[in-house]
Amino acid sequence: MTIKTIFSGFGGQGVLSMGFTLANAAMLEGKYVTYLPSYGVEVRGGTANCTVVVSDEEIASPVASEPEFVVAMNQPSFARFQSVLTSGGLICVNSSIVNTTSARGDIEVLAVPTSDLAEKMGTIKVANMIMLGAFLKASNIVAFDFMLNNLQEILGEGKAKMIKLNRQALEAGYTFVKE
Amino acid sequence: MKQVYSRPRSLKPAHFHYCPGCGHGIIGRLIAEVIDEMDLREKAICVAPAGCGMLVYNYFDIDALESAHGRGAAVATGIKRVRPENLVFSYQGDGDLAAIGTAEGFHAANRGEPITIIFVNNGVYGMTGGQMAPTTLSEQVTTTTPSGRNTKVAGHPVRICEVFAVLDGTTYLERVAVNKPAAIVKAKKAIVKAFRTQLTGKGFSLVEILSPCPTNWKMSPIESCRWIDDVMAKQFPLGVVKDVT
Amino acid sequence: MSGNAALGEAAILAGCTCYFGYPITPQNELTEYMAKRVPETGGVFIQSESEIAAINMVLGASVAGARAMTSSSSPGMSLKQEGISYLAADELPAVVVDMVRGGPGMGNISPAQSDYFQATRGGGHGDYKTIVLAPGSVQELTEVVPLAFDLADEYRNPVIILGDGMLGQMMEPVSFENIKPPKKYQKDYILTGAKDRPSRMVRSLLFDTKEEEEHNWKLFRKYQRMERNEVRYETFLLDDAEMVVVAYGTGARIAKGAIKRLRQENLKVGMIRPITLWPFPAKIMKETAQNGAEFFVFEMSAGQMVEDVRLALEGKGHIHFYGRPGGVIPTPIELFRAISRHYYQSRRGKK
Repeated sequence: MTIKTIFSGFGGQGVLSMGFTLANAAMLEGKYVTYLPSYGVEVRGGTANCTVVVSDEEIASPVASEPEFVVAMNQPSFARFQSVLTSGGLICVNSSIVNTTSARGDIEVLAVPTSDLAEKMGTIKVANMIMLGAFLKASNIVAFDFMLNNLQEILGEGKAKMIKLNRQALEAGYTFVKE
Repeated sequence: MKQVYSRPRSLKPAHFHYCPGCGHGIIGRLIAEVIDEMDLREKAICVAPAGCGMLVYNYFDIDALESAHGRGAAVATGIKRVRPENLVFSYQGDGDLAAIGTAEGFHAANRGEPITIIFVNNGVYGMTGGQMAPTTLSEQVTTTTPSGRNTKVAGHPVRICEVFAVLDGTTYLERVAVNKPAAIVKAKKAIVKAFRTQLTGKGFSLVEILSPCPTNWKMSPIESCRWIDDVMAKQFPLGVVKDVT
Repeated sequence: MSGNAALGEAAILAGCTCYFGYPITPQNELTEYMAKRVPETGGVFIQSESEIAAINMVLGASVAGARAMTSSSSPGMSLKQEGISYLAADELPAVVVDMVRGGPGMGNISPAQSDYFQATRGGGHGDYKTIVLAPGSVQELTEVVPLAFDLADEYRNPVIILGDGMLGQMMEPVSFENIKPPKKYQKDYILTGAKDRPSRMVRSLLFDTKEEEEHNWKLFRKYQRMERNEVRYETFLLDDAEMVVVAYGTGARIAKGAIKRLRQENLKVGMIRPITLWPFPAKIMKETAQNGAEFFVFEMSAGQMVEDVRLALEGKGHIHFYGRPGGVIPTPIELFRAISRHYYQSRRGKK
């Protein structure tokens, strides 16, 4: 089974770090994984996106033509990437700032008001982790418990101080979808 | 009988190919004498340029490499960083250092690389047939400034020592000449001091040597030697330009 | 780990003690990685004033006996060609990484394969060649980088690693366990000071045309040895293939994705992926053509390697070409459609 996900949004919304976190977690779970960021001028203020492929077998192409999942954190990303989503795919949308109406009838839209939820937690910076929590609930690419139990290792040294906050954010997203 | 003169050990028994009255032969010999006297033959690595100075490696009996035109200081940087215990010097002409290789020389100087540049300034491109060099004087006739260098369109003669002097990375910069015995003695002293600056870990050193080129100046050797004092040294004043050793 | 970081770490494990580089996107992460790691290992790192200076510092470090490397991207590689020509002429080892971007001119910073000619045809002036290695994954970088240093020392010649921004930026799990400590090479040509031996001279100026010709033939014989011994490639589902995709590096990754889909549709498509772009794996191409297969060359350029495939086939077999220049990364599905269209067209043609 090979699952392709595109994470997208404004530069600064933590889009690349969302994808990187997922890729790292999947790698630690023993899966084959590739992480392909968009780069250069695009990551400085404009739109940013990355592609994460997780598989049980060796991954041929790190470029995804028809991803099973898309995460869109802003309107331009929603417009751009909902069209490439495979038929029957799921798009997770930051509904706080995105109009989630799609012309496609063959895809599923999961609206998560991530910006609002993040503000409730006191910092907009965790919006990406809230979205990742919701995404994990919907996709189950990596076991949620595995993610929480290994968060320190997954996030790496740089973010060691933020473990508690990130955990709370992931849980907030996860439970939002549960409800 | 006492021997008063012989070929330095650091020179091969080869004939210089230089034109009559050229300064390169004197400079090559001075460097070889200094290397002998400072007992550096087994430590010295020379980086040769493109241009008339290119063939110095045919005369020096020391390890030598010929670099691409203008890249001497970058190549010397690479060698010196790997072999800090060696004496590494580049031998460069005015086209090499003051035109095509300005960036490499300038930045090696700015990094304070503990290398020595022997900079031969004769005001023309010698090997290619006497074209204008960055150091060609105002009004000086060359094959590419047939009615004299017009500084309005061809720029001004570049004073490398003075340019490098403002860089915090440079330690010892001196301009000398090889047009008469007294000047040659001074030139040799400057080379000794430059090598010593390098070997004592004090940093970047450069000796600029005003050198006659009778062939391309269209002068006799004697006229050329006089011209250095009477004209060239006015634009390129002799002496220590910077010394923070 | 990102491709850029894996490349840097592999170089250090392969005994690279000197790195010189000038910033240019999309390979800055490699320069930054080396800025941190090389000094930690006691080596030399310099951010040079230009690509020209960097390659000449590599030349200096190499003639002083060190394993030295520089890296750049297309416009910077054009500047390095002078130094690469001198390295080849002086017979000095060096590893040069080129993370190719869209061009010509300033181009863009997207992944491209448009510098194939520059890399495989020498690139600078004069009659010379460089081995060109084109890794296809982050893990393969850990094999290719030590190999590049070994080949450079073995043949005393610069070796080019040709990648692109995608390979550099992409992250994949990577293990360095396969890298062994570097072999010792007899370096009787380096400059150390003429102590207890005659003085040495490293140069490429040979006024005497007879001497220069002999030097050129000597280099030529060396390149012939490389052609005999150093061809490397990977085959994928080649045995029953009726159409053989030829693609390298990033292009091959995308093609592999397309081929997996094509196989699900029972289209008999396989692949030859050159790992050495020079020397080019011509023999396997010719042999495959003799079995009646057709070729589908895919490049992220307007068509450069396709000329080598044509030369390799010597008039045999039919070649289809699909190219996307300018830094465009086609998707596997796009390639899937292109290949299947050509596949069915050629089948109809046969009937």
